Parts: sequence; C-alpha cells; structure tokens
Amino acid sequence: MTATVRPTAPRAGALRLGCKRGVVELKNTWRSKQSLGFTVLFPEMMLLLFASIFKGRIDFTNVKVSQVYVAGIIGSSLMSTGFVGLAIGLAAERDAGMLKRLAGTPMPKASFFIGKIVMVLATEMLQIVVLVALGASLFGVEVPGPSRWLTFVWVFGLGTTAATLMGIAVGSVIRDAKSAPAVVNLPFVALQFISGVWITVTQLPGWLLGVAKVFPLFWICQGMRSVFLPDSFLVVEPGHSWHHATGALVLVGWCVLGFVLCMRNFRWTRD
Amino acid sequence: MAGATAIDVRGLRKTYGSFVAVADIDLTVELGEIFAILGPNGAGKSTTVEILEGFRTRDSGTVQVLGADPASADADWRARVGTVLQTSGFTDELSVREILDHFASFYATPRDTAELLAAVGLTEKAAARARTLSGGQQRRLDVAVGVVGRPELLFLDEPTTGFDPEARRQFWQLIRGLRDEGTTIVLTTHYLDEAEALADRVAVLVGGRVMEVATPATLGGRSGADASVRWVDDDGPHEILTDRPSRVVGELAERFGGEVPELRVMRPSLEDVYLAMVAASQLTGDAERAST
Repeated sequence: MTATVRPTAPRAGALRLGCKRGVVELKNTWRSKQSLGFTVLFPEMMLLLFASIFKGRIDFTNVKVSQVYVAGIIGSSLMSTGFVGLAIGLAAERDAGMLKRLAGTPMPKASFFIGKIVMVLATEMLQIVVLVALGASLFGVEVPGPSRWLTFVWVFGLGTTAATLMGIAVGSVIRDAKSAPAVVNLPFVALQFISGVWITVTQLPGWLLGVAKVFPLFWICQGMRSVFLPDSFLVVEPGHSWHHATGALVLVGWCVLGFVLCMRNFRWTRD
Repeated sequence: MAGATAIDVRGLRKTYGSFVAVADIDLTVELGEIFAILGPNGAGKSTTVEILEGFRTRDSGTVQVLGADPASADADWRARVGTVLQTSGFTDELSVREILDHFASFYATPRDTAELLAAVGLTEKAAARARTLSGGQQRRLDVAVGVVGRPELLFLDEPTTGFDPEARRQFWQLIRGLRDEGTTIVLTTHYLDEAEALADRVAVLVGGRVMEVATPATLGGRSGADASVRWVDDDGPHEILTDRPSRVVGELAERFGGEVPELRVMRPSLEDVYLAMVAASQLTGDAERAST
C-alpha cells in the first residue's frame, strides 16, 4: 500500500493570498469597536478636541495652532495605525492561537505580512484623507500643492514602513495580549508629547529634544509639518530648517532596525 | 517502507531543561486508521503531536509524517495535513462563513463551505461573528477549518473538550465520516469513551513513555481479564471474579430458580485498565525520569 498521491493542482500565489489577507485584516480592523475606537478614530477625535479648544496662532508665525495639530496628528496617526494597532493585534492573535492556526496551513508566510501591510496602508490613507478634510473644512488648513507631494510620499512611505516593522517586532515579544495596550501606548503617548504633535518642539528642553530626535515619530511629524505648514513656520523649528536629509536617514535607520528585529523576533506561536 | 505508513516515529525525544517531556518513543500510525493518544496531563501528548505537526523541534529521533520530516515541512506538505490545535480561539470579527471561505482559499481543491457548515452543525451560525460562538461551536469551527483543505492526515488535539454529550456524539459521527473518506486521524483525548468509540488503536502515554499500543478492546489485557459477577441476596451484595462468567451465571440462575437479583457481569472498562496502567507506571516512571 502506498500513500494516496493526489493531483497537485496549483494553489493561489503569495501575492493573491496576501490581498485576501488584506481584506480579512481590514474587516477585522473596521468591524472591531476596540480597534476602530482606540486606533483608527482616535486621531480624528484628538484633532477635533484640540483644534476646538486651542485657538490662535503660534507665536512669531502666522500659522494657526489647529494647522499644527493637523500636521502633527497625521504624523502620529502613522504610528497609531502601524505601531500601536499592529502590535496589539498581533499579540492578541498569537494569544488566541490564531497565528498558529494559520501556520498550520499552506498559506505562504509572506501573504500574512502582505495582508498586514495592505491593512495599514489602506487604513492610513483613509485616515489622512479624513484628517485633511476635517482640517480644511473646519480649521482652515491649506491642502498642500503638488510641489510638496513628493515630500509627503517619502515621509509617509518611510514613516509607515518604520512604524509597521516596529509594530510587528514589538508585537512579537509581548507575551501576554492583555498587557499589549499598556506596553505600546506608553511610548506612543510619551513620544507624541516630545515629537511636536501637541507642543512645538522648540519649547522642549534641549536634552528632551535630543531624546525625541532618536525616535522616528519626531522625524515623521517634522516631515508632515514641512508638507502641511508654510515655510514661515520654520522660525519655531530647530535650526530653522525641515532637516529632510537627517529625517530620511533616521527613518531609514529605524526601518532597517525594525526589519532586523522582525526577522529575529517574529514567532507564530507563544512557545 | 516509504508510503506504507502515515506516521513513523523512532526514538523521539524532547526535553525542556532537565524535564524529559518525551522519552525516546516509537510510534507507527497506519494510513486510514484513527489513532488515539491517551495519557494524563503532562504525559507528553501535546508535545508529541506538536512535533508531528511541525510546530515544535525535537532533541533526537527520526520522524516521518506522510513521508516527510515535519521539521522541514513545506507548503505542499502543509496542504496534506490538517491540524486542530488544543488551545485556539477566534478573536476575529469575521463571520463563520467568511472564515471558512478564507481558509478554503489557501487550498487547491477545498471542501464546499456550505457542505462543511452542515457537517459540523454550524449552518445556522454561518453569518454569526466567530467570536460570539460558544466554546463548543468555536471548537466545531476549528475542526471545520482543519478539514477544509481535504487533508490526508488530520491531527485533533483534545477536540471535544467542553462539548455536551449530544454534541460529542455528533462530532464522533463527523470523524467517522472523515475516516470513511480515507482520512488518517490522530486524536489526543482525556475521554476514554471517546477513544473507545472512535479509535482503531490507542497508545497510552505516561511520563513521556509509551506504555502500550493496542486496540481499545484489548488494551491492558482487557479482553482476557477476569470478569466480575455481582448480585444481591438477603445477606447483601456479592461479587465473584472469574474467567468463566457464563458458568457462574448459570449456577446462580439455578440456585435462585430463575432471575438472579440485581445481576451484573462486568469486564474491566477501558477506564479501569487505563487508570491501572497510569497508576502503575507513574510509580516507576517518576523515579526513572528523575534519573534520566
């Protein structure tokens, strides 16, 4: 007697299954009250709150406070969706055995990550459209012209990649899904305050600004300010410059670090 | 012997620090049979099964599952093996049907979702979000996900924990149906009635060692063991252990001139022989394991 050999009809490719995973991930994200409330809609809520409470213009510039919030919140939304959302989701999926169940199927591993990336990109793009629309209609934020789109593309691309990779890397080492929100929200909240989301960075003491510059959120937010704010805002930027080259370099560095940590840390199971 | 057996395990060993979880076991599972692995908690059942599933590494020994080493299994091998894990839930916001359709998309020739839903009794829950299902319903969805790709070999790790008796019997029917289609099934369970109802052969694992592999009817010398004949008369309950129960019953019937009051004839149940085996081997096994 020999093992039954079944005709090996071709299975769907990694990219196609990755897109299917993306649809599943999006359904999971958008149907879950928790991820919708705390991750996806959180930036919109903060924008409406802060831009409504704090009026006026930033000292020495003609830039409205609400405009600064729009730019900062767009920056932090990349970290919210990519880093916070992914890390919490991944820890929960591993805890429930869902990753292991997937690992037991012939689905290519790459499809899983393609699905996560599709989810993050689609969610972020929608978020940014909504944030810009809210900012433009309610708080007089100017939609930037084509000359700034290139900047937007690289800041968005590098920022999302860094946040996503770090989200997967950190979500891989969190052993208990219940502790995941605390573990990732702590750095997220702290970094927002020192990265120019809520407070202009020149108000920070020098050492704190130095700490902020180590992390990607600072450079994501500065990049987004350079896209959404007029150059007159440069008077309150460190060194009166957008520091695009340094920003790109730091973000690339975090992408590399995130990739290495993902490769080292990612596990399908808890054991 | 490639291809003659579904699973061939020789000298499998797995340790965690100084704890020997699996101590040099040999196992053979034939194609098309239902093979149950019994054993107390911590006996090494799940460790063994997870090594066979390719989820855990081993320290030593050779393992062939469907002709391949699961430690280096590829997607083609995965497509032929179904796994239903011991601890797994669904935190998905997806519906039951969406989950099955999704898992079906990983395979070349998956089962029909509607037929599968009917087979596991979840047709009425097809549109319900998976995380809202009861524990037993989630378990049945788990099984459905495990078989959606028409596996040649199916691993079921304690599949009916938390089922009510009726659901368990329905589940058994489902498993027999899969066997009738030619699926080889490896089952770990705490429930001896489950092993007795389903398994062609059972292996008893205690302290990381295989105590015995036999059919449920012959395990522990059960089929040849003395029978107990019990009855009650004016002096109270009586019991005789005998290898010839028919003759004892005949004599009793003669003595009572017909019906013997509260007559019972019993062979050791699978549970009896299993518990005896576990008790005996744990006494010796603990000492041996401490010294390995």
